[in-house]
Amino acid sequence: MSAVTEEARVRAGADWDFRQLQEAYDRIEAVALKELGLDIYPNQIEVITAEQMLDAYSSIGLPLMYRHWSFGKRFARDEALYRHGLRSLAYEIVINSNPCIVYIMEENTMVMQTLVMAHAAFGHNHFFKNNHLFQQWTDASGILNYMEFAKRYVARCEEKYGEAAVEKLLDAAHALMAQGVSRYPRRNLNLVDEEKREAERRAEQLRTYNDLWRTVPHQPGASRRRTDAAERRRLLGLPEENILYFLEKKAPLLKPWQREVLRIVRNLAQYFYPQKQTKLMNEGCATYVHYRIMNRLHEQGFLDEGAMLEFLHSHTNVVLQPDFDDRRYSGLNVYALGFAMMEDIARIAENPDDEDKIWFPEIAGAGDAMEVLREAWANYRDESFIRQFLSPRLIRKMKLFTVFDDGESDLLVKAIHNERGYRTIRSALADAFDVVKQEPEIEIVDADLDGDRKLLLEHRAHNGILLEPSDAELVLQHLADLWGYEVRLIEVDASSDRVLRTHEAGPSPR
Amino acid sequence: MNIIDRRLNPRGKSLANRQRFIRRARKEILDAVREASAKNGIADASGERVRIRSDSLREPSFRPSLHTGRRSYVLPGNHDYVEGDTIPRPSGGGGGGSEGSPDGDLQDSFQFVLSQDEFVDLFLEDLELPDMLRKQIRQADGFTPQRAGFSTSGTPANLNLVRTMRNSLSRRIALRRPSSSMLAKIEAEIASLPDDAENGQRRKELVEQLRLETLRSRRIPFIDPLDLRYNRFENVPRPAASAVMFCLMDVSGSMTAHMKDLAKRFYKLLYLFLSRRYRNVDIVFIRHTHVAHEVDEETFFHSTESGGTIVSTAFEEMLRIVNARYPRERWNIYAAQASDGDNMPADNAYAVSLLQQNILPLCQYFAYLEVGAEEGRYGGPTELWRAYQRIAQAGYPIAIRKVNHRSQIYPVFRQLFSRERAVREEQAR
Repeated sequence: MSAVTEEARVRAGADWDFRQLQEAYDRIEAVALKELGLDIYPNQIEVITAEQMLDAYSSIGLPLMYRHWSFGKRFARDEALYRHGLRSLAYEIVINSNPCIVYIMEENTMVMQTLVMAHAAFGHNHFFKNNHLFQQWTDASGILNYMEFAKRYVARCEEKYGEAAVEKLLDAAHALMAQGVSRYPRRNLNLVDEEKREAERRAEQLRTYNDLWRTVPHQPGASRRRTDAAERRRLLGLPEENILYFLEKKAPLLKPWQREVLRIVRNLAQYFYPQKQTKLMNEGCATYVHYRIMNRLHEQGFLDEGAMLEFLHSHTNVVLQPDFDDRRYSGLNVYALGFAMMEDIARIAENPDDEDKIWFPEIAGAGDAMEVLREAWANYRDESFIRQFLSPRLIRKMKLFTVFDDGESDLLVKAIHNERGYRTIRSALADAFDVVKQEPEIEIVDADLDGDRKLLLEHRAHNGILLEPSDAELVLQHLADLWGYEVRLIEVDASSDRVLRTHEAGPSPR
Repeated sequence: MNIIDRRLNPRGKSLANRQRFIRRARKEILDAVREASAKNGIADASGERVRIRSDSLREPSFRPSLHTGRRSYVLPGNHDYVEGDTIPRPSGGGGGGSEGSPDGDLQDSFQFVLSQDEFVDLFLEDLELPDMLRKQIRQADGFTPQRAGFSTSGTPANLNLVRTMRNSLSRRIALRRPSSSMLAKIEAEIASLPDDAENGQRRKELVEQLRLETLRSRRIPFIDPLDLRYNRFENVPRPAASAVMFCLMDVSGSMTAHMKDLAKRFYKLLYLFLSRRYRNVDIVFIRHTHVAHEVDEETFFHSTESGGTIVSTAFEEMLRIVNARYPRERWNIYAAQASDGDNMPADNAYAVSLLQQNILPLCQYFAYLEVGAEEGRYGGPTELWRAYQRIAQAGYPIAIRKVNHRSQIYPVFRQLFSRERAVREEQAR
């Protein structure tokens, strides 16, 4: 890299321009690829205004989204909060796509733009490209085209079947979105094919349509033999955790376009699922990467002292972890914990102490910190990452402790940062980041298609945690409307199989 | 790597979502707008912040209830707890505060900002105005032609001579069209040459030159269609000029809060209507009992006075203000009077003559709104009503209406619109 010229140097508080942005990008790229060994999708950096940032917020970060009132609501709320100074906007949004789109705000100073590019265009980008969950479950090169298809498809449905019908369907689909995820891989996802498949399904329908079938008389008295329950469940592929998938394939009354819309929402849910599972790692990775890069740029003289101070000021704000009894405390800060873990791993790899050698024999003293980190970023998710890498030293540093709440009596301190507590704390923290454990476990267990067609769902309640009843009733109503017949949800205690609560809903009159 | 500047991309990408959202919570938003317009001033309709509670905006999902079950939390920053300590349960549920419902505000009220257009729209809808009328109120009426550069086509009346001649001159210079003075000079030289053999050659040259130059000047026109430039005008929507709106109201004890609210809605609608048509709209509030005063808006709507009711005092006050501040030549004068119809019987004749002789000739439009209790009141027409009715029948620009409910306010305007339309059509003819 060439020497830093006087006018290219980044100063504190200075405005940015496109030439300088380019220069900064080139320098970051050199550090990221050569020194840190990152592997990224090509970047597309887009400069946007605050209003466009709000737009991006409201459509869950995707640049293209079908229309629905809930996005309008989100926009209205974020706008009100922003306008009254209650909330500031993010410095950037990054989209898991190929090329990787990074939105940066025009208001940022040059130092912030440099930070943001290092953080998003290299940190997050590398994570998206290399983490196994993203590789397995998302199709980065297809997502933008797919969203364009989804937007067009929903708009066409609105024209054909009316906005009200589409809105009702999307309301129901969104209510079940968290239950539209398959947790175990079935096949490789290819979103480009999705659009083609839709066209093919329709063509097939037209091709095989024959009006004569309508005229074939029913044989009188020939009722189909009732299959026994176990066989029936096997045929339906039950139990099924992906409710949207089940409805799309098996709901008796849905029209083809309705199935397609459910599929769109389901694909979206699946696309975002890896992000839910890797919040800590993703932010930790990006924060660690920007910290390394910014320091390197400072060494090279590209950032002057003032710029470095501006960066450190904002960096320390980001990784601030208030104590549990602090007024600012609002849960564990994934930036802080993530960054601390990455630094800790690097330390263990480069100069471990005796304790590390006992706890982490595989990586202690491995030498190349980046190699260890890249390996971790690729092969773990938050839960397994914590279970594997949270060190006693970090537990002591953050003074972590676990508290047990039985819902009635006083809270009990279960473990603190001492020899006896490390494993308990580590395991409890891993559970707290385990999406599977945090989200209710709900499955479709039976559907009596030959009888009254009642759909039966089961919520396996762990630790006695039930569903929020008012919400559950509303979601169940949506589900009944989609299914077309009655629906029953039973909440069962996972350890004793005792039924704790039952909800029922029937389809609303059409 | 690409850096793309998206800042100039079209705005309002989420407009369609916003419309869907407003439609969804229409009823709740209407209530909020009603409340806001009752609370705020007549003239401020811009960007209303509204707060709504709505079940129709709820986005339910299967989520764990915060009030059941047993949980473990991991917290940072232990000071002096040791294993086995107990911590008193914090009030208000949750354990140690690490659990906050992610979208828990759904149950709570929801606050956002309506744009001015949305607010006016909803306000008008609340008054149950027909769509067409709503559009008319929203549109600025009338256009002023405004200079907007030059064009190559237009009517002869708009020909811009200076531009056209400048183009012609530069074209003539560029193509070297001989000027008439130059031709005259050659002719003069030919004429001045003595007619002998010595000059024969020179003469021949000059004659040839003259022939070519004449040909050239004939081929290259003095003014070519290419040179023509016309003044271009654009029609710019224009609110006419200035208007002043007089709000007259009886504030004696018999006017209830409901009546005042009706009156306020009417004034607000009139204001909206006027502010779309005129660049400046002044509002003058005159309240009266047996005496009349000009007051500010707050006092006008919110304080009551005791005393009898003498309508003519308000007219006198209005005349005084018009003479002092609003010369008729420069201001369009509108007046709206709200009353429950009471007046001192002795004052009726004077008030009517004052209205007929002095006020109505000044006004573009005078509206009298007789406000009644919500459930309606039976009984004969009031004194004031009967008197105004006679004036209206005589063809003066006055609209009179009885109003018990807010949906009845709009018909008062219909008269105003039909009258304006008639005037416009007349002018067009």
